[in-house]
Amino acid sequence: MTTTADLDTRPADLLPAAPASGLTMPEPALVPRPTGMPETTWARQHVLDLDDFTAGEIELVMETTDAMKDVLRREVRRAPALRGLTVATVFYEASTRTRASFELAGKILGADVINLSASGSSVEKGESLIDTVRTLQALGVDVLVMRHATSGAPYLAARNLRASMINAGDGWHAHPTQALLDLYTIREQLGGIRGRKVAIIGDILHSRVARSDLWGLAAAGAEVVVCGPPTLIPAGLGRAHPHAGGDRGLPPVTVVERIEDALRDADVVMTLRLQKERQEGGLLPSLREYSRRYEITRERVALAKPNALVMHPGPMNEGVEIAPDVAHGIQSRIEDQVTNGVAVRMALLYLLGGRR
Amino acid sequence: MSPRVLMTDADLRRALTRIAHEIVEATRGSADLMLVGLHTRGVPLARRLAATIEGFENQRVPVGTLDIALHRDDLARLGVRPRIQRTEMPVDIAEKQVVLVDDVLFTGRSIRAALDALLEIGRPRRILLAVLVDRGHRELPIRPDFVGKNVPTARGEEVQVELEETDGHDRVLLVQAEARV
Repeated sequence: MTTTADLDTRPADLLPAAPASGLTMPEPALVPRPTGMPETTWARQHVLDLDDFTAGEIELVMETTDAMKDVLRREVRRAPALRGLTVATVFYEASTRTRASFELAGKILGADVINLSASGSSVEKGESLIDTVRTLQALGVDVLVMRHATSGAPYLAARNLRASMINAGDGWHAHPTQALLDLYTIREQLGGIRGRKVAIIGDILHSRVARSDLWGLAAAGAEVVVCGPPTLIPAGLGRAHPHAGGDRGLPPVTVVERIEDALRDADVVMTLRLQKERQEGGLLPSLREYSRRYEITRERVALAKPNALVMHPGPMNEGVEIAPDVAHGIQSRIEDQVTNGVAVRMALLYLLGGRR
Repeated sequence: MSPRVLMTDADLRRALTRIAHEIVEATRGSADLMLVGLHTRGVPLARRLAATIEGFENQRVPVGTLDIALHRDDLARLGVRPRIQRTEMPVDIAEKQVVLVDDVLFTGRSIRAALDALLEIGRPRRILLAVLVDRGHRELPIRPDFVGKNVPTARGEEVQVELEETDGHDRVLLVQAEARV
């Protein structure tokens, strides 16, 4: 069949460049265009947090996610980009949407996905964590997706690892894939992130989602205002933030006391799950007191811009941090967040899968 | 050795006009015709062909865009992931006569990937292939239905299509192997 090219020969303008054209158009210089890829390319082995992501890297993830949403709209929701790749989800902590969306993301792209739960407690020690990860690597796992109750656990596990590591939530520290899907949802709904005012309300102290969101939103150029009970705002957050030094402990944001000031003219109202199981005595007077002051109600949403987006990373405590009619109302983008979570995780698996 | 001009802007324009007529002829002026451009340079080529056909047939010709990165058979061997562009079909491709449009036909592997990608989107009645340049060296049993120019090439050479929309001017170059390093 390799000779069919000859059969298709069209007599019209077959052979070498017409000499007549040689005398005109001096314009485009006769040089080949450069071959190198000019734009941001992906160079990461791991995704542990967004605190060191550049705007270009975030945009690359967003564009790749666009393409993944195209795949999700197809008649056959499948593309074989990760054929031959093995993904393991290793969850030392409960999860519904994160784990399910990683599993779906891997399967839609043709990867083999195995799920491990460490329900026991023997994994709290660093060494056994490392052993687990090494074992999975020896079994041929290319990408590990880890959730752990201890902040920093995925960092420890990623050390000296040949496989890729995605942090699916570690302690109070970081949840980069949730933050990326939040960024994507804002970009998709509002057409962009730069210059948008995002109000984040609630328990920032215990929220790994908030921490990663703050880094990601800052890198993408959003204006972020935070509000919550003073006991649930990390000490030092919102102070003048000298970014120059090596200390990247806290992301740059504005902290306000009154929720009205946070919500006024916001493009996005993001509220966080009140981590009831993580409230030590004394941080909150009572749940009722919390709702009275910080619950996102219809009246409070009205302070934001008309059609402002209402977002929540889930799972929700309806009637505590968000009123049910807001959670399920027309401005809610909570279900879009879940849907976008699959596409964002497909994008990350695709990008990380390139390093093998 | 400096690159050789295979097609000037005028050559390119004439070739596209001819292909546009051939497409209409092959599909008998059917109303279910649709063009799908492969990123990157197949997309502007598909748009130009559609505009030309609309010019003389007085009929709307939808143009879709297709990215094949996720279906490439060399993905696992590439170091860097190719950037993915939008795959968008303005109409349902089911039961359409789809003409895939690409700039250069070489090994045929891109077209194989494009066929897979397209068939995951839907089930066209028929798929045809139009390319601006066929440079030979097929590695798969794939042949084009419409060709702007057949160019005998050596394996190491590169055929470089430059278009107004992507490169600021219309031109096709043959770049020698040595010049690429």
